[in-house]
Amino acid sequence: MKSNRLEVNIAGLKLANPTMLASGILGYSTETLESIVSGGAGAVVTKSVGLKPRMGYANPTVVQAEFGLINAMGLPNPGIDNFVKEIREARNALKVSLIVSVYGYSADEYASVSHKAVVAGADAVELNVSCPHVKETGSEIGQNSRILREIVRKVRTVIGKTVIVKLSPNVTSIVELAEAAAQGGADALTIMNTVKAMAIDVETAMPVLSNKAGGLSGQAVKPIALRCVYDVFERVKLPIIGCGGVASWRDAAEFFLAGASAVQIGTAVATKGPTVFRAVAIGLDNYVRRQGFKGVNDIVGLSHRK
Amino acid sequence: MSVYRIANNQLRTTQILGIKTESRTVKTFTFKDRKCAKAKPGQFLMLWIPGVDEIPLSIMNGDGNDMVEVAVRNVGEATNALHNMKIGEIIGLRGPFGNSFTLRSGNVLLVGGGTGVAPLLFLARKLVNRASRLVFVIGAKTKDELLYISELEKLCSRKRLIAATEDGSYGAKCLATTPLDSLLQKEHFSMVYTCGPEQMMCKVVALAKRYKIDLEASLERLMRCAIGLCGSCVIGRYRVCRDGPVFTKERLGEFEAEFGVSKRNFDGRKVPLG
Repeated sequence: MKSNRLEVNIAGLKLANPTMLASGILGYSTETLESIVSGGAGAVVTKSVGLKPRMGYANPTVVQAEFGLINAMGLPNPGIDNFVKEIREARNALKVSLIVSVYGYSADEYASVSHKAVVAGADAVELNVSCPHVKETGSEIGQNSRILREIVRKVRTVIGKTVIVKLSPNVTSIVELAEAAAQGGADALTIMNTVKAMAIDVETAMPVLSNKAGGLSGQAVKPIALRCVYDVFERVKLPIIGCGGVASWRDAAEFFLAGASAVQIGTAVATKGPTVFRAVAIGLDNYVRRQGFKGVNDIVGLSHRK
Repeated sequence: MSVYRIANNQLRTTQILGIKTESRTVKTFTFKDRKCAKAKPGQFLMLWIPGVDEIPLSIMNGDGNDMVEVAVRNVGEATNALHNMKIGEIIGLRGPFGNSFTLRSGNVLLVGGGTGVAPLLFLARKLVNRASRLVFVIGAKTKDELLYISELEKLCSRKRLIAATEDGSYGAKCLATTPLDSLLQKEHFSMVYTCGPEQMMCKVVALAKRYKIDLEASLERLMRCAIGLCGSCVIGRYRVCRDGPVFTKERLGEFEAEFGVSKRNFDGRKVPLG
């Protein structure tokens, strides 16, 4: 693409186009991240990594719902000490921003993993305070304003790079938690993680996922994510990365109009393949041009006009 | 990149209709499923053992209508639970997933080891009236572990079946790759298909390279989502569930550091192949 209509700057992260790979999708290895970048992604987020290796849950870990996927992978990851090698390799190989998704069981763990990720070359960390299916981390942290603020603050004090906080929709008020993250010193927010959900098989009368509950993603959750982005944009002055059901340029445009400055794509990698990023970016570029704007930044939050 | 309609691949349940003991460790399971019955050789399905696990299995036969067969070796908790199930009990299915073997005419060679014979048996059924000559090389440790030998004898009667066992209890006393080498010296084949232990497949690939023959191999890795999202099965830049499980000799060459060497563990780390 020759135009620079799609260039965005998210709290210091310069993206040639505002599409990013969402955390949890592929993202173990440099080679798979490279295939996502050749599909057109403007930045990539790794799988969530913690202090120690974690196996994740037994299968079934993914079940298809009517208009989306429910997953309970259980945060499988090699642990940060093994993963630093991959981060270094990816940083050297990738021509886009590399964001490492981090989870922990305490503020110290979040800080320690974030620090190691940044030392290895991460351009930013995205704090997973919103995974809906692992106890004592993820959304159990991201549902409490006080704990969330403390964790973001701790990470903020140990790293100089961009801190993104990925919020959960499984809360009474996502705005309150967005404010807590902002008070803790977050540079940007990813809104949102998956919606807590489950599937039951009628023949066996059993929950399908081995963990029983998981997180719903895909088409079904897009309207929920849009509302979350819209509400947070009204109250919190941090860049927002919209995430939830983006599969086309039109979905992405809706997120921008609601207040997002970039979008993440995950589930659509399964339905449309890794080139979904390029398709979304091209469509968005055409839309921005057609509407007579200079760049995608000009449409951020446009639906809030009174 | 092919596009999957995941919207058409929901989990469904079905009854086990047949269980046949093939060896001390292997059973064949039969059930009805319209989608998997239309699978192509090389594709796999995800079989849910309710309350236990969900595992990837190569499809051994799909009759094009509704009957499906899979071969299951008892190797762990999930397969043991499946081996203990009875006819009439309920299992869940997703799939078929993945790519498939290319159907070639001309002289073709199939090399199978262990339960790797299952997808090749499916392939052989499709190739037998198409290929001008079909040779099936099957290997195992002992005669008891040579799977589906009677089916293969029927199928390859006019063609050829070469068996090798490590203890010599059936066929030649050697590895499957030994008769393969001498066969390739004498005759020209347009394609080699292989499925089995990865160390065996590595040797087959080396021979295919030496004799400049096209090759397709079916790989096995840890599978979770089966739709190309989770990254559990990644090898090189490919997802075995989506870009595989069948890989050409050229593609295998892109990840030589991993093929026959390592796989990803449950925590995503690369570990040596057992």
